[in-house]
Amino acid sequence: MTKDAPAGLPRLLPASDAALLVVLGEGPSEAATAAVLALRAALAARPPRGLLDLRPAYASLLVAFDPRATTHAELARAVEPLLPPPGLPLEPAARCVEVPVCYEGDCAPDLADVARGAGLSPEEAAEHHAAASYRVAFLGFSPGFAYLLGLPPLLETPRLAAPRLAVPAGSVGIAGGQTGLYPRPTPGGWRLVGRTPLALFVPSREPAALLAPGDAVRFVPIPRRDFDLLRREKP
Amino acid sequence: MIRVLSPGLLTTVQDLGRPGLGDLGVPAGGAADAHALRLGNLLLGNEEGAAAFEATLVGPEVLFEEAALVVLAGAPFGACLDGAPLPAWEAVEVPAGGRLAVGRAVSGARGYVCVKGGFDVPPVLGSRATDVATGFGGLDGRPLRAGDRLSVGPARGEPKGRRIDAAAARWSGPRRRLRVTPGPQGEWFGENVVEAFLSRTFRVSASSSRTGVRLEGEALAAPARSLVTEGVVAGAVQVPPAGLPIVLLIEHPSTGGYPKIGSVISADLSALAQLRPGDEVRFAPVSFEEARRLLLDREARLDAPGVFLP
Repeated sequence: MTKDAPAGLPRLLPASDAALLVVLGEGPSEAATAAVLALRAALAARPPRGLLDLRPAYASLLVAFDPRATTHAELARAVEPLLPPPGLPLEPAARCVEVPVCYEGDCAPDLADVARGAGLSPEEAAEHHAAASYRVAFLGFSPGFAYLLGLPPLLETPRLAAPRLAVPAGSVGIAGGQTGLYPRPTPGGWRLVGRTPLALFVPSREPAALLAPGDAVRFVPIPRRDFDLLRREKP
Repeated sequence: MIRVLSPGLLTTVQDLGRPGLGDLGVPAGGAADAHALRLGNLLLGNEEGAAAFEATLVGPEVLFEEAALVVLAGAPFGACLDGAPLPAWEAVEVPAGGRLAVGRAVSGARGYVCVKGGFDVPPVLGSRATDVATGFGGLDGRPLRAGDRLSVGPARGEPKGRRIDAAAARWSGPRRRLRVTPGPQGEWFGENVVEAFLSRTFRVSASSSRTGVRLEGEALAAPARSLVTEGVVAGAVQVPPAGLPIVLLIEHPSTGGYPKIGSVISADLSALAQLRPGDEVRFAPVSFEEARRLLLDREARLDAPGVFLP
């Protein structure tokens, strides 16, 4: 790939007096995730003085720092030589996580709507969703909530007009071109097309989150009875 | 052991939180008024981040089954020990069998009950802080309840003093004017909207929480363009489409998709955490250099003579 970076990228912006936002893309894409993960890894390997946290997102990396120990200018000087070259490909995933998902009945309350929008039957829509290969772009919103790249464009569906007050833990949702997994019951407006029995975030577990940025994810459809069985086996 | 007789409105175990878990989508969390917690611990010879109780508006009543050295820090509460008023910002010996009623916040929102040795709950993901929203850390990941018993860690360390200068204690008091630096999407709003943001008075909504301080008042015009979800920090002033700002507090989601018009400076995050529903608040612009100088000034005062008193 030799494509040049879009004009004005990357941008280094002060996000507060204690954070620098490094914008590496204009939206969710494999190229943006490649750049975010590369910069995150480079900074984690050699943390600059005063670094407190790195928060990856679709197309940016937030670098939180201790303003008592460093400044925006000093951090920018540390970040600039580590900025990934434009067109850096997304590296193959270090691991692939198989996530069992039940696409049936009350596990998938919005599957019919998503299928209708795509001109498919609910079963076909589920097959399409499970057949795609996904990569974890980042975790955010709520601890362990995974934002994935790779939703087939056919399945893109806008958010619900009125968000649900409580989305069941393990729900697999679609919002526009995004797909992701809810680790615990939270309010949410994503269209729910399936549900995994796996615990996505267990603070006492190592690692606490089932998925990590950069992971490849494969959804494995399971029947409802297996969902109940696997949920019962949960620690 | 310390027994909770009544829990108050929302009392949690908090320390300085768990920064550095952005990969997991976990917010730093910890004491909302971290500066008050640090000062309280310094008066006991604790580590700055020893775990304490964070009381919200209405404090707990607790029974000390064994003697302890205690400091009340943060917002002034009408606290009583065995019926007698208890001074804040001062190390006080509580005898075995002593009953501490933290009372109600006189002004501000959050008070801290610090004990020598700190509260000994198991650390989760590197911290004893309670993440209220997700439900982990602290005592079983939840606010305190009547009947809870907590043990205190080993006491060690020399205090910087036994009490604090009254003027110094006001650093973390409520403030009606929070200083802000420009937000990462500040330019999306246009000069008129930024000017409106900086000239209007907002009122703190009752639906505020450790996640964010929600503001009421005249709505701001939110930018028409949509933002790609990005990492956010405490103090960020988000403007959702309805135009009423939400200022993120310590337990905020690690990422967000609303444009941010400004950021409350680090030196004023404690004051932000001390706002209570109904309080009026305004915002005043400062430069990044000024924001850093104000923080460094505050830190320098921790070592200045006349601040910690014998």
